[in-house]
Amino acid sequence: MGIVSPGFTGRRGGGTDLPPGQYLTHEFPVLSAGPTPHILTDHWEFTVTTETGEKYKWDWAALTALPAEEITKDIHCVTRWSKLQTTWKGVSLDTLLADVETGADFAMAHSYGGYTTNVPLEDLLDGQSWIAYEYDGEPLHPEHGGPARLLVPHLYFWKSAKWVRGLVLSDTEDLGFWETAGYHEYGDPWKEQRYAGD
Amino acid sequence: MSDYLDGNAAAGALSELFAVDLTAAIAQCNGCGQTTVFAESRLYVDAPGMIARCAGCDTVLLRVVTTPTNTYLDLRGLTYLRIPNS
Ligand SMILES: [Zn+2]
Repeated sequence: MGIVSPGFTGRRGGGTDLPPGQYLTHEFPVLSAGPTPHILTDHWEFTVTTETGEKYKWDWAALTALPAEEITKDIHCVTRWSKLQTTWKGVSLDTLLADVETGADFAMAHSYGGYTTNVPLEDLLDGQSWIAYEYDGEPLHPEHGGPARLLVPHLYFWKSAKWVRGLVLSDTEDLGFWETAGYHEYGDPWKEQRYAGD
Repeated sequence: MSDYLDGNAAAGALSELFAVDLTAAIAQCNGCGQTTVFAESRLYVDAPGMIARCAGCDTVLLRVVTTPTNTYLDLRGLTYLRIPNS
Protein backbone atom coordinates (compact mmCIF):
# COMPACT_ATOMS: atom_id res chain seq x y z
CA MET A 1 0.00 0.00 0.00
CA GLY A 2 0.94 3.62 -0.07
CA ILE A 3 3.22 5.51 2.25
CA VAL A 4 1.37 6.70 5.31
CA SER A 5 2.77 9.46 7.46
CA PRO A 6 3.19 8.44 11.11
CA GLY A 7 0.84 11.27 11.97
CA PHE A 8 -2.01 9.42 10.33
CA THR A 9 -1.59 5.96 11.86
CA GLY A 10 -3.72 6.68 14.88
CA ARG A 11 -0.80 6.89 17.29
CA ARG A 12 -1.58 8.74 20.46
CA GLY A 13 -0.56 9.10 24.08
CA GLY A 14 3.02 10.10 23.42
CA GLY A 15 3.64 7.90 20.42
CA THR A 16 2.21 4.69 21.81
CA ASP A 17 -0.77 2.68 20.71
CA LEU A 18 -3.09 1.62 23.49
CA PRO A 19 -6.17 -0.58 23.17
CA PRO A 20 -9.49 1.30 23.40
CA GLY A 21 -10.42 2.57 26.85
CA GLN A 22 -6.96 2.04 28.35
CA TYR A 23 -4.61 4.55 29.98
CA LEU A 24 -0.86 4.35 30.28
CA THR A 25 0.81 3.72 33.61
CA HIS A 26 4.47 3.43 34.55
CA GLU A 27 3.59 1.77 37.86
CA PHE A 28 2.89 -1.94 38.20
CA PRO A 29 -0.42 -1.99 40.11
CA VAL A 30 -1.05 -5.05 42.28
CA LEU A 31 -4.54 -6.48 41.89
CA SER A 32 -5.57 -9.26 44.19
CA ALA A 33 -8.77 -11.14 44.86
CA GLY A 34 -7.35 -12.90 47.90
CA PRO A 35 -4.36 -13.39 50.15
CA THR A 36 -0.99 -13.68 48.42
CA PRO A 37 0.27 -17.28 48.51
CA HIS A 38 3.94 -17.59 49.46
CA ILE A 39 5.09 -20.73 47.64
CA LEU A 40 8.65 -21.89 48.16
CA THR A 41 10.28 -23.06 44.95
CA ASP A 42 11.19 -26.30 46.78
CA HIS A 43 7.48 -27.01 47.03
CA TRP A 44 6.46 -25.57 43.67
CA GLU A 45 5.06 -27.86 41.00
CA PHE A 46 3.42 -27.30 37.62
CA THR A 47 1.07 -29.92 36.22
CA VAL A 48 -0.56 -30.27 32.82
CA THR A 49 -3.57 -32.59 32.88
CA THR A 50 -4.92 -33.67 29.51
CA GLU A 51 -8.51 -34.38 28.54
CA THR A 52 -7.80 -38.10 29.05
CA GLY A 53 -6.53 -37.50 32.59
CA GLU A 54 -2.86 -37.97 31.80
CA LYS A 55 -0.59 -35.78 33.94
CA TYR A 56 2.72 -34.16 33.08
CA LYS A 57 4.66 -32.58 35.95
CA TRP A 58 7.58 -30.20 36.36
CA ASP A 59 9.21 -29.18 39.60
CA TRP A 60 11.20 -25.96 39.92
CA ALA A 61 14.47 -27.53 38.83
CA ALA A 62 12.83 -29.06 35.79
CA LEU A 63 11.16 -25.79 34.80
CA THR A 64 14.27 -23.68 35.12
CA ALA A 65 16.36 -26.29 33.28
CA LEU A 66 14.22 -25.77 30.18
CA PRO A 67 15.26 -23.20 27.56
CA ALA A 68 14.07 -19.79 28.76
CA GLU A 69 13.15 -16.77 26.68
CA GLU A 70 13.49 -13.06 27.32
CA ILE A 71 10.08 -11.55 26.67
CA THR A 72 9.20 -7.87 26.12
CA LYS A 73 5.47 -7.24 25.87
CA ASP A 74 2.80 -4.63 26.55
CA ILE A 75 0.26 -5.67 29.18
CA HIS A 76 -3.35 -4.49 29.49
CA CYS A 77 -5.44 -4.81 32.65
CA VAL A 78 -9.23 -4.86 32.40
CA THR A 79 -9.28 -2.19 35.14
CA ARG A 80 -7.99 0.06 32.31
CA TRP A 81 -4.28 0.46 32.97
CA SER A 82 -1.75 -0.57 30.36
CA LYS A 83 1.97 -0.89 30.89
CA LEU A 84 4.28 -0.96 27.89
CA GLN A 85 7.45 -2.90 27.17
CA THR A 86 7.40 -5.04 30.31
CA THR A 87 10.30 -7.49 30.42
CA TRP A 88 10.06 -11.07 31.62
CA LYS A 89 11.94 -14.32 31.55
CA GLY A 90 10.17 -17.61 31.28
CA VAL A 91 9.54 -20.86 29.46
CA SER A 92 7.31 -20.88 26.40
CA LEU A 93 4.18 -23.01 26.64
CA ASP A 94 5.29 -24.37 23.25
CA THR A 95 8.24 -25.92 25.06
CA LEU A 96 6.20 -27.24 27.98
CA LEU A 97 3.44 -28.66 25.79
CA ALA A 98 5.72 -30.04 23.05
CA ASP A 99 5.50 -33.63 24.27
CA VAL A 100 1.98 -33.44 25.69
CA GLU A 101 -0.42 -35.55 23.68
CA THR A 102 -3.71 -33.71 23.43
CA GLY A 103 -6.46 -32.86 21.00
CA ALA A 104 -8.09 -30.46 23.46
CA ASP A 105 -9.26 -27.01 22.40
CA PHE A 106 -9.41 -25.34 25.80
CA ALA A 107 -7.25 -24.88 28.88
CA MET A 108 -8.12 -23.88 32.42
CA ALA A 109 -5.23 -22.35 34.33
CA HIS A 110 -5.26 -23.17 38.04
CA SER A 111 -3.33 -21.22 40.64
CA TYR A 112 -2.11 -21.69 44.18
CA GLY A 113 -4.81 -19.99 46.24
CA GLY A 114 -7.62 -21.33 44.05
CA TYR A 115 -7.79 -18.80 41.22
CA THR A 116 -8.77 -20.08 37.78
CA THR A 117 -8.98 -18.59 34.29
CA ASN A 118 -9.90 -20.16 30.95
CA VAL A 119 -7.91 -19.68 27.75
CA PRO A 120 -8.29 -21.42 24.37
CA LEU A 121 -5.34 -23.77 23.95
CA GLU A 122 -4.37 -22.17 20.64
CA ASP A 123 -3.86 -18.87 22.48
CA LEU A 124 -1.21 -20.54 24.65
CA LEU A 125 0.79 -21.81 21.65
CA ASP A 126 2.81 -20.33 18.77
CA GLY A 127 4.92 -18.02 20.92
CA GLN A 128 1.95 -16.38 22.62
CA SER A 129 2.36 -17.48 26.24
CA TRP A 130 4.92 -18.38 28.86
CA ILE A 131 5.39 -19.57 32.40
CA ALA A 132 7.28 -16.49 33.59
CA TYR A 133 9.52 -16.55 36.66
CA GLU A 134 11.49 -13.30 36.32
CA TYR A 135 10.21 -9.76 35.93
CA ASP A 136 12.49 -6.85 35.10
CA GLY A 137 15.58 -8.97 35.71
CA GLU A 138 14.55 -10.13 39.18
CA PRO A 139 12.84 -13.25 40.49
CA LEU A 140 9.10 -12.70 40.19
CA HIS A 141 7.84 -11.26 43.48
CA PRO A 142 4.91 -13.06 45.14
CA GLU A 143 2.66 -10.00 44.85
CA HIS A 144 3.12 -10.15 41.07
CA GLY A 145 2.49 -13.88 40.96
CA GLY A 146 5.85 -15.44 41.87
CA PRO A 147 7.42 -17.85 41.94
CA ALA A 148 5.84 -18.23 38.49
CA ARG A 149 2.83 -16.91 36.63
CA LEU A 150 1.17 -17.54 33.34
CA LEU A 151 1.92 -14.75 30.87
CA VAL A 152 -0.59 -14.36 28.01
CA PRO A 153 -0.01 -10.72 27.14
CA HIS A 154 -2.27 -10.52 24.07
CA LEU A 155 -5.32 -11.00 26.35
CA TYR A 156 -6.43 -8.86 29.29
CA PHE A 157 -4.06 -9.44 32.15
CA TRP A 158 -6.53 -11.37 34.36
CA LYS A 159 -5.80 -14.26 31.97
CA SER A 160 -2.12 -14.17 33.02
CA ALA A 161 -2.81 -16.20 36.15
CA LYS A 162 -0.56 -15.35 39.09
CA TRP A 163 0.87 -18.25 41.18
CA VAL A 164 0.07 -20.69 38.40
CA ARG A 165 0.32 -24.36 39.34
CA GLY A 166 -1.22 -26.10 36.38
CA LEU A 167 -3.29 -26.33 33.23
CA VAL A 168 -6.24 -28.64 32.78
CA LEU A 169 -6.94 -29.30 29.11
CA SER A 170 -10.47 -29.97 27.93
CA ASP A 171 -12.63 -30.44 24.85
CA THR A 172 -15.22 -28.05 26.27
CA GLU A 173 -14.83 -24.48 27.46
CA ASP A 174 -15.43 -24.00 31.15
CA LEU A 175 -15.28 -20.53 32.68
CA GLY A 176 -12.80 -19.34 35.30
CA PHE A 177 -13.00 -17.12 38.36
CA TRP A 178 -13.75 -13.76 36.73
CA GLU A 179 -15.37 -15.26 33.65
CA THR A 180 -18.13 -16.77 35.83
CA ALA A 181 -18.80 -13.36 37.38
CA GLY A 182 -19.47 -11.19 34.37
CA TYR A 183 -16.11 -10.89 32.63
CA HIS A 184 -15.63 -11.87 28.99
CA GLU A 185 -14.77 -15.49 28.22
CA TYR A 186 -11.96 -14.48 25.84
CA GLY A 187 -10.83 -10.96 26.78
CA ASP A 188 -9.19 -9.41 23.71
CA PRO A 189 -8.15 -5.88 24.77
CA TRP A 190 -8.07 -4.65 21.14
CA LYS A 191 -11.74 -5.62 20.76
CA GLU A 192 -12.44 -4.27 24.26
CA GLN A 193 -13.91 -7.60 25.38
CA ARG A 194 -14.17 -6.66 29.05
CA TYR A 195 -17.54 -8.08 30.02
CA ALA A 196 -19.68 -11.05 29.00
CA GLY A 197 -21.46 -10.10 25.78
CA ASP A 198 -18.93 -7.42 24.72
CA MET B 1 0.47 -5.06 56.09
CA SER B 2 -2.90 -6.59 55.29
CA ASP B 3 -4.16 -6.47 51.73
CA TYR B 4 -7.82 -6.62 52.64
CA LEU B 5 -10.46 -4.46 54.30
CA ASP B 6 -12.98 -5.59 56.87
CA GLY B 7 -16.40 -6.55 55.60
CA ASN B 8 -17.95 -3.27 56.76
CA ALA B 9 -16.38 -1.68 53.69
CA ALA B 10 -18.88 -3.63 51.56
CA ALA B 11 -21.81 -1.66 52.99
CA GLY B 12 -21.89 0.92 50.21
CA ALA B 13 -21.85 -1.50 47.29
CA LEU B 14 -24.31 -3.88 48.93
CA SER B 15 -26.74 -1.12 49.88
CA GLU B 16 -27.26 -0.57 46.15
CA LEU B 17 -28.49 -4.17 45.89
CA PHE B 18 -30.29 -4.85 49.15
CA ALA B 19 -32.79 -2.95 51.22
CA VAL B 20 -31.22 -4.23 54.46
CA ASP B 21 -27.71 -3.73 55.80
CA LEU B 22 -26.06 -7.05 55.01
CA THR B 23 -22.85 -6.21 56.81
CA ALA B 24 -24.79 -6.75 60.05
CA ALA B 25 -26.13 -10.12 58.86
CA ILE B 26 -24.85 -13.41 60.27
CA ALA B 27 -23.03 -15.36 57.56
CA GLN B 28 -22.22 -19.07 57.46
CA CYS B 29 -19.22 -20.06 55.35
CA ASN B 30 -19.83 -22.92 52.95
CA GLY B 31 -16.19 -23.95 53.23
CA CYS B 32 -15.59 -24.35 56.95
CA GLY B 33 -19.02 -23.78 58.46
CA GLN B 34 -17.84 -20.87 60.57
CA THR B 35 -20.63 -18.48 61.47
CA THR B 36 -19.77 -14.80 61.89
CA VAL B 37 -21.10 -11.33 61.31
CA PHE B 38 -20.55 -10.59 57.62
CA ALA B 39 -18.63 -7.45 58.56
CA GLU B 40 -15.89 -9.70 59.95
CA SER B 41 -15.17 -11.21 56.53
CA ARG B 42 -12.07 -10.06 54.60
CA LEU B 43 -12.84 -7.76 51.72
CA TYR B 44 -10.59 -7.49 48.64
CA VAL B 45 -11.33 -4.46 46.51
CA ASP B 46 -8.10 -3.95 44.51
CA ALA B 47 -9.43 -6.35 41.90
CA PRO B 48 -11.77 -6.45 38.89
CA GLY B 49 -14.62 -6.98 41.38
CA MET B 50 -15.33 -6.96 45.11
CA ILE B 51 -14.47 -10.22 46.87
CA ALA B 52 -15.37 -11.14 50.46
CA ARG B 53 -13.55 -14.11 51.97
CA CYS B 54 -14.08 -16.06 55.18
CA ALA B 55 -11.69 -14.89 57.90
CA GLY B 56 -11.34 -18.50 59.03
CA CYS B 57 -10.58 -20.39 55.81
CA ASP B 58 -10.32 -17.83 52.94
CA THR B 59 -13.25 -19.36 51.05
CA VAL B 60 -14.83 -16.80 48.71
CA LEU B 61 -18.14 -15.87 50.39
CA LEU B 62 -19.33 -13.22 47.98
CA ARG B 63 -18.38 -11.67 44.67
CA VAL B 64 -19.82 -8.50 43.20
CA VAL B 65 -18.90 -7.41 39.67
CA THR B 66 -20.44 -4.28 38.26
CA THR B 67 -20.47 -3.94 34.49
CA PRO B 68 -21.87 -0.96 32.58
CA THR B 69 -25.20 -2.79 32.20
CA ASN B 70 -25.47 -5.33 35.03
CA THR B 71 -24.33 -6.25 38.49
CA TYR B 72 -23.27 -9.86 39.06
CA LEU B 73 -23.73 -11.13 42.59
CA ASP B 74 -22.29 -14.55 43.47
CA LEU B 75 -23.21 -15.82 46.92
CA ARG B 76 -22.35 -19.48 46.44
CA GLY B 77 -19.75 -19.43 49.20
CA LEU B 78 -22.39 -18.57 51.77
CA THR B 79 -24.50 -21.36 53.25
CA TYR B 80 -26.83 -18.65 54.49
CA LEU B 81 -27.13 -15.05 55.53
CA ARG B 82 -29.23 -14.59 58.66
CA ILE B 83 -30.82 -11.17 58.82
CA PRO B 84 -32.65 -10.15 62.00
CA ASN B 85 -36.24 -8.98 61.46
CA SER B 86 -36.02 -5.53 62.89
ZN1 LIG C 1 -14.68 -20.52 56.12
